[in-house]
Amino acid sequence: MDAKLKKELQKTACKVRMGVIEGTYNAKSGHPGGSLSISDTLTYLYFNKMNNDPKNPDAPERDRLVLSKGHTAPALYSVLAQKGYFSVDELKSLRHIGALLQGHPCIHIPGVDMSSGSLGQGISAACGMALAGKIDGKSYKVYAILGDGEIEEGQVWEAAMFAAHKKLTNLVAIVDNNGLQIDGPISEVCSPEPITDKFAAFGWHVITMDAHDFDDIDRAFTEAESVKDKPVAIIQKSTKGKGVSFMENQVGWHGTAPNKEQYDQAMAELNAQLKELED
Amino acid sequence: MADVIKKATRESYGEALKELAEEYKDLIVLDADLAAATKTGIFKKAYPDRFFDCGIAEANMMGVAAGLAACGKIPFASTFAMFAAGRAFEIVRNSIGYPHLNVKIGATHAGISVGEDGATHQCNEDIALMRTIPGMTIINPCDDVEAKAAVKAALDFNGPVYMRFGRLAVPVINDAASYKFELGKGVVMKDGKDVTIVATGLMVNEAVEAAKTLEAEGISARVVNIHTIKPLDKELICKCAKETGLIVTAEEHSIIGGLGSAVAEAVTECCPVPVVKIGVNDEFGHSGPAVDLLKEFGLSAENIVKTVKAALKK
Repeated sequence: MDAKLKKELQKTACKVRMGVIEGTYNAKSGHPGGSLSISDTLTYLYFNKMNNDPKNPDAPERDRLVLSKGHTAPALYSVLAQKGYFSVDELKSLRHIGALLQGHPCIHIPGVDMSSGSLGQGISAACGMALAGKIDGKSYKVYAILGDGEIEEGQVWEAAMFAAHKKLTNLVAIVDNNGLQIDGPISEVCSPEPITDKFAAFGWHVITMDAHDFDDIDRAFTEAESVKDKPVAIIQKSTKGKGVSFMENQVGWHGTAPNKEQYDQAMAELNAQLKELED
Repeated sequence: MADVIKKATRESYGEALKELAEEYKDLIVLDADLAAATKTGIFKKAYPDRFFDCGIAEANMMGVAAGLAACGKIPFASTFAMFAAGRAFEIVRNSIGYPHLNVKIGATHAGISVGEDGATHQCNEDIALMRTIPGMTIINPCDDVEAKAAVKAALDFNGPVYMRFGRLAVPVINDAASYKFELGKGVVMKDGKDVTIVATGLMVNEAVEAAKTLEAEGISARVVNIHTIKPLDKELICKCAKETGLIVTAEEHSIIGGLGSAVAEAVTECCPVPVVKIGVNDEFGHSGPAVDLLKEFGLSAENIVKTVKAALKK
């Protein structure tokens, strides 16, 4: 990937992470861990891959994204704010009464393509969107982001079967494999592994990716585009809480908001990262 | 008297989809391995490119329908009521109801008249479940004419609609040429002043028959057909409560949460009068021929007559 572009994406992703911290801190609730693990991928998609226009969020030809792991809405909202779908200030009223930004994605928010959050459902809606594209002969792509814990839901595998059988080659599912879910490591709760083998067995083209390396993200999505006969599953190896030292790989940060002290520390770390990128 | 023509409303559903497909280009039909039974097979044969079998996976089918609707299609997600409203309830709520997507749910084999398949497949809870979803429209047509009109009305309406169809062939009581379907409006089938029988689905015909018997015995019964259970025609219900002072409801559904509950909720607010509910009591069904089951569970003109008389005596 072009070095300049890479640096721009890194900077944007850093700002996206700040938005995640800002949002969950002000909400006094929310899910920072899994939001931080998908921040780079979302940044790459909205700023470098997807056909999307904040001035025309309902354009029929746009690419779509369904955040099936809807609890990580802070990351999606933060990316959409950075992109200009709404003001960055909105993040400060995340989850507040009367606010635009609901606790989980809502289709009525500019830039949000589907309401989601009850796990396992978003992938089915993404299948429907991909099917509509096929019926109409449109060229848009549909991306669905799932959690590795989320794929314990049986509906995900109904959808996986459907997508392969209906040859939804315009569908890319990204599984955020950060290895942690609410009750602990996925390997200890009720392991969905081997994830790659499962998607392959269900008839998908499977790609693995480092979720925090833009060169590798670019490689994975470029490969995904070259696949013409199957839906694509990208299993991204990620770090829950990525970018904030004390949140990284800590299951406790799945659904806990930072307090003032933690907020200050997280923002200081992210500001330092941004400054380093800007120097 | 001319021979009574009988037809199952699921048949009407399949035929209506086929008949409307040419006019409504965005109409898409989904099924979950039950096309022969839900009668979407009629559509599939005529429009194979617009029919998608989702396999035995109702949860995913509802989600796929949501995604199709989000892209401008008008999907008819079709399966038995048990699986549409029961198994897939939470997907219908969160993926269709919450985003208020333009999905039509064609739920066949509703109620006890499923017959021999027994309790596992006799869905007496679907109206109750669907009523709790904000913005969900619920239509329970009484015969072939109304069922076909309901499918067209659902197509012309922008928003989620749950349509309830039966397996059993039931008398065609409306005249196709003159029938007008108005979403959310009850139909007075017969006027009367002593009691109002509010019925839905296959119980409408039973109510009409019961009213004739009552008439012969000097009891003037009004019969109201409520095809749209949500939004309920509260204006008409309250008018009937005021004018007749007694309401008996009749539905092929649990007495908990269905038409009877909806009517009772309405009249307690506008004109509290006794509401006596006829439906499936708080119990499961069992196997047997549909017509025998309907009799056994009191879903008959005879039981309506008996219930009305008893209520008037009180």
